[in-house]
Amino acid sequence: MHKLVMNSITRPWTTILFTVVLILTSTMGAFQGFTWSIPFKNDYKVFFRDDNSYLNDFLNLQKTYTKSDNVAIVIAPNSGTVFSKDVLQAIGELTEQSWQFEHSTRVDSITNFQHSYAEQDTIIIEDLVPLDISLTEARIKQISQVALKEPQLVKSILAEDGSSTVVNITFTIPEADMTEAVPKIANATELVVNEFASRYPNIDFMLSGIVTMNNSFQDIAIADTATRIPAMLLLVLVLLSMLTRSVSASVISLFIIIVSVVTTIGIWGWLGGELSSPTTTAPIAILTLAVSDCVHVITSYIKQIRQGNAKSAAIEHSIKSNIRPIFLTSVTTAIGFLTMNFSDSPPFVDLGNLVAIGVMLAFWFTITLLPALMTLFPLEVSKKNRNYELMDLFASFVIRYYKRIFFITSIIMLSAIIQLPKNQLDDDFVEYFDKSVPFRAAANFMEANIAGMTTLELSFNSGKAEGINDPKFLAFIDQFQIWLSSLEYTDHINSITHTVKRLNMNMHGDDPSFYRLPESKEQVAQYILLLEMSLPIGLDTNNLLNVDKSATRVTVTFQDLTSNETLELENLIKTRFESLNSPYQLLIASPSLMFSHIGATNIMSMLEGSTTALVLISMLLILALRSVKIGLLSLIPNLTPAAVAFGVWALYSGEVGLGLSVVLGVTLGIIVDDTVHFLTRYQHARKELRYNAQDAIRYAFNVVGTALTTTTLILIAGFLVMATSSLQVNSEMGLMTAITISIALLIDFLFLPSLILLLSKSSKSGNLAVSNTIAEPNGKISKE
Amino acid sequence: MLKSILICSLALVSLPSASQNEKGLQISIEQKARNSGWNSVYSKFKMILENPSGDKSVREMRLKTLEVDNDGDKSLIIFDRPNDVKGTVFLNHSHINDADEQWLYLPALKRTKAIASRNKSGPFVGSEFSFEDLSSFEVGKYQFTYLESDKIDGIEVFKVEQVPVDKFSGYQKRVAWIDASRYIPLKIEFYDRKGSPLKTLILSEYKLHLDKFWRAHTMQMNNHQTGKSTTLITENFEFNLDLSIQDFASRRLNKVR
Repeated sequence: MHKLVMNSITRPWTTILFTVVLILTSTMGAFQGFTWSIPFKNDYKVFFRDDNSYLNDFLNLQKTYTKSDNVAIVIAPNSGTVFSKDVLQAIGELTEQSWQFEHSTRVDSITNFQHSYAEQDTIIIEDLVPLDISLTEARIKQISQVALKEPQLVKSILAEDGSSTVVNITFTIPEADMTEAVPKIANATELVVNEFASRYPNIDFMLSGIVTMNNSFQDIAIADTATRIPAMLLLVLVLLSMLTRSVSASVISLFIIIVSVVTTIGIWGWLGGELSSPTTTAPIAILTLAVSDCVHVITSYIKQIRQGNAKSAAIEHSIKSNIRPIFLTSVTTAIGFLTMNFSDSPPFVDLGNLVAIGVMLAFWFTITLLPALMTLFPLEVSKKNRNYELMDLFASFVIRYYKRIFFITSIIMLSAIIQLPKNQLDDDFVEYFDKSVPFRAAANFMEANIAGMTTLELSFNSGKAEGINDPKFLAFIDQFQIWLSSLEYTDHINSITHTVKRLNMNMHGDDPSFYRLPESKEQVAQYILLLEMSLPIGLDTNNLLNVDKSATRVTVTFQDLTSNETLELENLIKTRFESLNSPYQLLIASPSLMFSHIGATNIMSMLEGSTTALVLISMLLILALRSVKIGLLSLIPNLTPAAVAFGVWALYSGEVGLGLSVVLGVTLGIIVDDTVHFLTRYQHARKELRYNAQDAIRYAFNVVGTALTTTTLILIAGFLVMATSSLQVNSEMGLMTAITISIALLIDFLFLPSLILLLSKSSKSGNLAVSNTIAEPNGKISKE
Repeated sequence: MLKSILICSLALVSLPSASQNEKGLQISIEQKARNSGWNSVYSKFKMILENPSGDKSVREMRLKTLEVDNDGDKSLIIFDRPNDVKGTVFLNHSHINDADEQWLYLPALKRTKAIASRNKSGPFVGSEFSFEDLSSFEVGKYQFTYLESDKIDGIEVFKVEQVPVDKFSGYQKRVAWIDASRYIPLKIEFYDRKGSPLKTLILSEYKLHLDKFWRAHTMQMNNHQTGKSTTLITENFEFNLDLSIQDFASRRLNKVR
């Protein structure tokens, strides 16, 4: 590797040429011709692995019954009721127009609701609000009476008090067209809604539903990329200029990190990778991590120049003295991110791999392109610097008060760690979006006014074809529903039994006493046949019954539940079902359930992955530091930051979701870096320079203190930029990473040295007098 | 009602000229004319419903149809399988320009009910055939445009576009491939109300009855949007039954066997 560095310095243009070829070749991977070729997955299912059992349960359910995606247009009139001529007319028009959306297969609203009633020997089935009648006061009153009593409407697409309603558009999108269709549909629905909003200024229109949500993932990814990355670059430039006080050094570093990101994405394209909302944070992570490499080299270079060395010698020395620690930290960071391969959520696996590639590329560019550029461009170095004196003061402070520091930091760390159990798992996909996202606002409005967003789909299987006709089976489901609706959080239940009861009533001249299940299976079967004859276009009984009519689906909507509550509910339902000892089978599935499980399983697999990685890294450290004791000691500052950070999180929010579950992987490598830098210098001072513990600690502070502070500041800044994302999965990951690495630095600077001093105290007594005499910062550095 | 659906041709590319409309209409009139005069027909058929995962269900029915001059036909469907719906009778009086009249007799209740709905675009008993797909082909139901001549399996066909007149139709248009010598439809494409391809019907195993009337013994409807399909297989057709208007009266539904 040293030869490589020398080559870059002596023949910079060759290196640059080689690098340009490398970059261009890689970048071609992201393009097909001149068009971007890496696909963006905008389906919420992207968060789940193909073999995720909850996903597969849900997919099977969708295969058995009707598979569909929807857009829900929420209609909230300022007048406080949807039952007025204007509003009903608007809903009617919107319903009609919604059939025109590409891929739409069904539109449901209160106006086209199929209202059935008996009139002598005729069963009349018609739109609740037919298009061609005049809406008189009396007629509107009659409509509202029917609608507000209809179990299929109330708390499903109509608010209990009639203050708001939903036009629900069902889309049947072929899987292959998903990526293209989702933004198209989202744009088209938005256009129509805007047009209606301007035509009906007294009505609020909002967009919710799965398609809207999927599109929001994509919108946010684009917005984040377009604003956060430039912001991050600017921030890095400013921070670098302040820290290095050299414009050219900052610009060169900026160039290195941009090149690292671009090349990574290109290689990702060659590897056939995909992009999704979480992976769009990769550039920020790579940017941030790549900066550290440059900072280490450039701070070394500045020190060399200040000591009066010639430029080329300074470059050579700054690279060579850093190549080992940078390599080591790049490898540990990459290992940390590679542990994300243990994640159960593919976007985070991708994110881990992307960043791992990026980090190794950044290392490569740091030892090749960076020296080449440094050789070619003028690098001015300002002579003054106070940071090193500050570091020395800080080292003295730690060495003097190490007992107190150890005591206080231990107390703080422990009291944070005991908060850990207060964290609750919560993956609510509505809350994945910031309150500023229109989808979140619409979903929250629906939750508050119409029906919750947590749904469970229960498929009851009778075990034989045509089994749903059995009155015993229906009675069982009916009883089960009564129990379900008695649960505190239940908002709405959609099931075949209501329809069968209503038809029974219709067939008996609308006599309410016949609103009950029929007694014979022939009656049930014939009512269902009647239902099948009367359903409008785009609807069939397949959304409630499977093809051979052996099973039926009951969809239950609940108020907003946390993941834990959803899991408890799942358990409760399963236990109840089993206690009834029926000959039937029950399958429960839904996106809510998928998201409720993913957080927990992901945290378990990430813990497993991180532990494995820590063992690997510790062995690496024991080898690299050639000391079992120091290697084992390093475990403490490596392990505790995440524990402390999650303790702090318990006090701040206490809700842990998918985004946080990967923070272990993201921070692991970075935390280890700090420890590695500090401990290698400490060990170097003890072993090679024969310093005592105090002096070795002072030496370590002097050599890497500034660089570590600088890189940590940049990392914090970078991940805080990520924390501004409107997607909670990304923003919480950013925020938590920033918290964890700040805590890691504090632990490395306060707890770790005081622990070392405490441990070494028993073997050797420190000598403050000696340490003071060799505390000249420049003296230490020159021996590096 | 299941008398084969005859179709007209029509063109897409340019604005239909008067001559294309005229030719489309002439083909359709010929199609209707060649399939007139059969009076009544009885058939036994199977309906096989299949979803994209391959799950299937089978229904067996019998159909009696009476030809009505200058209006839609009258038809009776008697369900034989599944067992639980055995004996259920569905009666349909189709009309060219009015909503169809429908009655259903449920043996479990021993009651006949009229069903008033404008539901001709809805699916027939959960199949991919809608009521309007199954009702008789009448020239007055569509506006025709001849599109072009084409070939299907070596057979010369006219391609005719048919735009439904009724605003309650589920289609913006249909495109039919009409055998140029026998004047029977071989294939029909259905476009939904926004003009997207919805379904394709393939009519096959045509047999000649009474030396005059061609009947497709297999009709397969594929829904392109949902991936579901329905196959209608007719075992046999019997013509010239002694059926009268009275046999298709709603008050006699409970006596139908």
